[in-house]
Amino acid sequence: MPKEHANWSPYDNNGGTCVAIAGADYCVIAADTRMSTGYSILTRDYSKICKLADKSFMASSGFQADVKALQKVLASRHLIYQHQHNKQMSCPAMAQLLSNTLYYKRFFPYYAFNVLGGLDSEGKGCVFTYDAVGSYERVGYSAQGSGATLITPFLDNQLKSPSPLLLPAKDAVTPLSEAEAIDLVKTCFSSATERDIYTGDSVEIVILNAHGVRSENEQLRKD
Amino acid sequence: MSNPLILYLCLRMVSGVMVMDSLLSPEGDSQRTQYPYVTGTSVIGIKYKDGILMAADMGGSYGSTIRYKSVERLKQVGKHSLLGASGEISDFQEILKYLDELILHDNMWDDGNSLGPKEVHNYLTRVMYNRRNKFDPLWNSLVIGGVKNGQKYLGSVSMIGVHFEDDHVATGFGNHLARPILREEWKEDLSFEEGVKLLEKCMRNLLYRDRSAVNKLQIAKITEEGLTISQPYSLKTFWNFAAFQNPTVGAEGSW
Repeated sequence: MPKEHANWSPYDNNGGTCVAIAGADYCVIAADTRMSTGYSILTRDYSKICKLADKSFMASSGFQADVKALQKVLASRHLIYQHQHNKQMSCPAMAQLLSNTLYYKRFFPYYAFNVLGGLDSEGKGCVFTYDAVGSYERVGYSAQGSGATLITPFLDNQLKSPSPLLLPAKDAVTPLSEAEAIDLVKTCFSSATERDIYTGDSVEIVILNAHGVRSENEQLRKD
Repeated sequence: MSNPLILYLCLRMVSGVMVMDSLLSPEGDSQRTQYPYVTGTSVIGIKYKDGILMAADMGGSYGSTIRYKSVERLKQVGKHSLLGASGEISDFQEILKYLDELILHDNMWDDGNSLGPKEVHNYLTRVMYNRRNKFDPLWNSLVIGGVKNGQKYLGSVSMIGVHFEDDHVATGFGNHLARPILREEWKEDLSFEEGVKLLEKCMRNLLYRDRSAVNKLQIAKITEEGLTISQPYSLKTFWNFAAFQNPTVGAEGSW
């Protein structure tokens, strides 16, 4: 008897793009606010950025239900950590936790493409980039999601990140000022919006620095 | 046919009964939902000045047959919420059972607090997502709306747990046919009459273009004061187009 095929999939791609850039004393995390399914837009005003800790923000695109579940798991683990250690988790610690959480579901993955951004214990910007099953790496900047292929080459060109093969290892964080980095992010999104149908509506930008957190919102094309 | 087992399975297939039902076929013992059987079509919800308005027709289709024409797909949940469902009707009935229990336990606290639409939406999202994780989904797309403490709330959950809230939501065909109308014509603080007119415009559009739609609908309104679900009624439709009057005028003998 030939095996019957399931006529539903446990996964869906709700689209969207996420970007993060690390600076000397700041970190910029950005994501568009469009949520789609197939060729339809479900909503134009949906945040993909989640605060995991005082100095860790995660932006995730992919399958929204999995993203939300992942955010819940991490938030819950962070709360337990705070109860046990009486302090906030550092960004590198959260980075490891996220990797482990993703790999835990290695054989039924969270369909989530994540970028973690924040400040490390020295106050320097740090960005970690992930795949769906927890492979991660600290980098100077990253893009994930449907528009990533359009944005990454542009960031490579603009941020001239030193090759990780260089010795001695050169700092990955960009020498750009905070205002320049924010402007760069806005340029990335308006360009990606032109060509990626799943990116658009508006971009939410979170900026973390020594003074605290603030958020900006920039309108994008809605077509 | 020498093998009695193969003969039996062939007979089962020929008689139209799905072989999946047989305990002997591969995955035949799976209790998991593979297909929906009796389904409801679109639900539309919008925020308006005093609260939420929701519309759904009363059809229950069995594949391409419109088998049931008095299915109530809009139901009250507790004091503050309204739930509309499309998809498998029996799964919707199961969800209503879960919600009954949820509201019962909420009432038993007897502490003056009650679950609002945001909480119910979150609960339903978790239920749908967890069933999807077990590969046994509740085959529904849900719309949850309500008002609590002056705050209006309108959200949606799909059968795999995708959820969001917005000023207007729709399920199924409504996403394709109604949302574009709502994007053009919805505005903040619609009056009740304007809201109903807008919903009727969308439902009429669905009636023309969705083959599983029936011309018998209910509109529900939920405000801080309470909930009312209208009596079933029908929309006026217009078919008097010139092209329909004499359809073969350009090509005699065709349909």
